[in-house]
Amino acid sequence: MGLMEHKFSDNIITSTVDGVINWARRSSLWPVTFGLACCAIEMMAAGASKYDLDRLGIIFRATPRQSDLMIVAGTVTRKMAPVVRKVYDQMPEPKWVIAMGSCATSGGIFDTYSTVQGVDEIVPVDFYIPGCPPRPEALLDALVALQEKIKSDKVLRK
Amino acid sequence: MSAMVKDNLSEIVTVNMGPQHPSTHGVLRLVVDLDGETIVGVRPDVGFLHRGVEKLAEHRTYHQFIPLTDRLDYLSPLSNNLAYCLAVEKFFDVKIPERAEYLRVIFAELARAASHLVWIATHALDIGAMTVFLYAFRERELILDMFEIATGQRMTSSWIRVGGIREDVPPLFFEKLKEFVSIFDDRINTYENLLTKNRIWLSRTVGIGKLSREDALDYGVSGPIMRGSGIDFDLRRDEPYGIYNRFKFEVAVSDGCDIYSRYLVRVKEMRESNKILQQALDQIPEGPVMTDDPRIEIPSHEDVYEKMEALIRRFYIITKGFAAPKGEAYGCVEAPKGELGFYIVSDGDTKPYRLKIRAPSYVNLGALEAMAKGHMLADLVGIIGSVDIVLGEIDR
Repeated sequence: MGLMEHKFSDNIITSTVDGVINWARRSSLWPVTFGLACCAIEMMAAGASKYDLDRLGIIFRATPRQSDLMIVAGTVTRKMAPVVRKVYDQMPEPKWVIAMGSCATSGGIFDTYSTVQGVDEIVPVDFYIPGCPPRPEALLDALVALQEKIKSDKVLRK
Repeated sequence: MSAMVKDNLSEIVTVNMGPQHPSTHGVLRLVVDLDGETIVGVRPDVGFLHRGVEKLAEHRTYHQFIPLTDRLDYLSPLSNNLAYCLAVEKFFDVKIPERAEYLRVIFAELARAASHLVWIATHALDIGAMTVFLYAFRERELILDMFEIATGQRMTSSWIRVGGIREDVPPLFFEKLKEFVSIFDDRINTYENLLTKNRIWLSRTVGIGKLSREDALDYGVSGPIMRGSGIDFDLRRDEPYGIYNRFKFEVAVSDGCDIYSRYLVRVKEMRESNKILQQALDQIPEGPVMTDDPRIEIPSHEDVYEKMEALIRRFYIITKGFAAPKGEAYGCVEAPKGELGFYIVSDGDTKPYRLKIRAPSYVNLGALEAMAKGHMLADLVGIIGSVDIVLGEIDR
């Protein structure tokens, strides 16, 4: 802020309330660290030095109570499904879900007795990312798309 | 102190850990019995990632199963491809072309380095050293870039085939590999500077998670855990598969039996992998990468476009597969986590009658209770990290 510091008298910015709320929400998406399988490694890679999710304000939280985004990264099995739902229920509103990879999207290549055929059978999904596993760029694309979606959310407006 | 308080102090409390826990490396659930903060019992509850891979194998031809092997130990997919293909090749006693053998070694050692990099990153992160994570993933990206150049995929590459590898690698791959080999040792020094003599690291790892030599043998653990307990055994040296007998490398052994010695073993293994990569780079010959054995050969694309027989053969082998003779075969490799084996029973069909995967993580996890008993709850995170489990191959 160096150039602008202490240069103005008392001031105001005009904006809509929704605009401010959505700006705050989309600029600090905190996903819960919830890796299930292979895609979780690409999710970690997206958070690590090369792709660096921190620059989008995305910081992984180890507890659902502090999170507003769940990235379902990996295969959801029938044994795991109740846990996924429980973690989702523990997250405070507003919350969003990204289904990362073909397993979370549709069961992928695991069309078996033990695999849930898509996480949308358990929780509502906002974005689906194809790929097995998707590249970190694909995850970034979904996150940016989600931010765009949040931008147009109606919070106080009718 | 009243009798009631006294009784309560020695009460065993059972707590749940996982499956949604950032330090269980996936979806492992542990039922932990605690006396105060001291662990008196740990019971792993596995199966949260059971995808039915062994059952799927019975409905896939031998080639169609290769992509599924990628998703077992997803940190080193190419090692899994190799173990599976070695098992199938035992049915046919097939000669693999030289160049393919060298490329297999290169892929397997790169996969080992990539897997150990994820291990050092997450293990240090669990214990509280965040910086190592950022450094290790930087180098891992270099390896993944190489895989992408060679196979088109970053992680689940499915590149090794029964009888060779799918396609030769482009020249750019070797340029990148040379560059990587020249810098990797130095980068390992960086991790070692951060950890090896770090006082916090030492106090969190030395003497924690003891697994004696006898216990290691009794539990049947393999890989770096076994070598960290002072047992000098490595399949690459003692039962060489492929062309591993041509390379000079040391087997990393440390007899501290604790988390720290497992750390030393894995760091040394990364250096040795780098040596093997260097030797493979120097020796690799030109030539074909797929066997010409007509029973299992997949004709190359060039042949398919020009020769009718090759087209028919390719169509046949891709759609119908090849039949393995009646019998049994076991193929194993020294995967980053330990001995990874595929046991195949064939009834003469194009699909396995039964396929059993000997997953190193699963066996190693069995020794968790022996390692964790008597330690603090907070050390359990470090002990799990030192076992280096991957739930994909534990639950299969």
